[in-house]
Amino acid sequence: MYSEKVMDHFSNPRNVGEIEDANGVGQVGNPKCGDIMKMYLKIEDNIIVDAKFKTFGCGAAVATSSMATELVKGKTVEEAMKITNKAVAEALDGLPPAKMHCSNLAEEAIAAALYDYRKRNGLVDPNEDEGCTGECSACHHSHGREEDFDDEE
Amino acid sequence: MEDRIVYLDHAATTYVKPEVFETMKPYFSEHFGNASSIYSLGRDSKKAVEDAREKVAKAIGAEPREIYFTGSGSEADNWALKGIAAAYKNKGNHIITSAIEHPAIMSSCKYLESEGFEITYVPVDSDGLVSPEQVRNAIKENTILISIMFANNEIGTIQPIKEIGAIAKEKGVLFHTDAVQAVGNVKIDVKDLNVDLLSLSGHKFYGPKGIGALYIRKGVKISSFIHGGHQERGKRASTENVPAIIGLGKAIELATENLDEYNKKLIELRERTIEGLLAKVPYIRLNGHRHNRLPGNVNISFEFIEGESLLLMLDMKGIYGSSGSACSSGSLDPSHVLLAIGLPHEIAHGSLRLTFGDENTQEDVDYILEVIPQMVSKLRDMSPLWEAVKDKK
Repeated sequence: MYSEKVMDHFSNPRNVGEIEDANGVGQVGNPKCGDIMKMYLKIEDNIIVDAKFKTFGCGAAVATSSMATELVKGKTVEEAMKITNKAVAEALDGLPPAKMHCSNLAEEAIAAALYDYRKRNGLVDPNEDEGCTGECSACHHSHGREEDFDDEE
Repeated sequence: MEDRIVYLDHAATTYVKPEVFETMKPYFSEHFGNASSIYSLGRDSKKAVEDAREKVAKAIGAEPREIYFTGSGSEADNWALKGIAAAYKNKGNHIITSAIEHPAIMSSCKYLESEGFEITYVPVDSDGLVSPEQVRNAIKENTILISIMFANNEIGTIQPIKEIGAIAKEKGVLFHTDAVQAVGNVKIDVKDLNVDLLSLSGHKFYGPKGIGALYIRKGVKISSFIHGGHQERGKRASTENVPAIIGLGKAIELATENLDEYNKKLIELRERTIEGLLAKVPYIRLNGHRHNRLPGNVNISFEFIEGESLLLMLDMKGIYGSSGSACSSGSLDPSHVLLAIGLPHEIAHGSLRLTFGDENTQEDVDYILEVIPQMVSKLRDMSPLWEAVKDKK
């Protein structure tokens, strides 16, 4: 069901924990839906120098959180904002169709943490939508992102 | 990966006992005759099938002619509901079942609803028990069937089948019970229980997969499930799966012979596990009735973690269990059983089902009581939900 890479990131998750002096923190998801991701970013000179996470969720949720933190580290804010759920899933050698929502959550967690950083630094366009907070009843749905449910019954 | 293997998913399936396998073996290549053939090779198969039918009948207090072999427990459930619905539709179109039935019953009910039947889903209490009085109150003039499972596959709660059977008999309504989890674990006498139809499955009590049976009380009308040849007295066509039928017969014979001893052992393992986990791990709850449950069933919800993650962690330690979490099933909602007993979604997501079997030992319990608290702690340390409560424990 899961790729070796997913199992590796689940078994040995990278960057678990909190960053005490994080300057970008975002939490998405809903316990009712079975998964919550909290992302901590430390950003210096527009570069993400550290990323950590805490996750309540399934194996895919933990693995995508772990991979998302790996992907954002060393990137500029602008580069990190372009990381998609598909990129996270591909970096894990794919996810089962029913688990693609976990990669959505990873993308949303990155976006939420970056939004927090930009807000703290007065970089948010007042007209910009905060986007998904992960608290909506549809938090498991695609939010327009790429998903492949072809194999689902 | 740990070398040690502790299999705790006997409610999902059991291994085939060596004695059962040995009994089946000759019927694959040596005595391979079609049970419908007239020559001696076929007659041998037919005789072995009828011997197995007698064994199944004896195990549940039925007569051999009341036992019909099926391809699985799910098929038996489907046949019971759809076959009775079709045969009695002129009498009525109302069926009563419970909110915590197996998907084989739930999905059959949904299908029958789409065909114009009315289904009443009787709720359960927080232990997962169906109230016989609520069943009685649900009966209407047009009720043709009551189908209440004997024991729940997830939380293990055993239903008051005898009381419900008495009500059904008093009201002249047919009574089916899905006893797939109960046969081989609980003493069953269909006559004493006033059961008209009963489903069972071979692989739940150390028999092979792909074989089940439906008990249909003599005199009950039922529509044929598979049309074709004359097998199973014309009610369920298909060439008999002779080795599997023989395996089912042997397995049920062994299961009923050793039932008391088996139950005693499983209850000891279950109780030590429940008591141990409740003592060692904070913020957990036992699901299902505390005592009136299947001998080998433990179902516990761990707050602040998700069940599939726990299953994967336990797998790394060689422990095989099951979960009612959404993510382990591919669905997005947790188990309908856990929701029906009143668990909020966020707690239902963190459930773990461990079901013991005859190869488990007290050493297995020692091992899981050591490993599970560690894994729960590890996952909670990773959980953002745990932050707020961890200092209060």
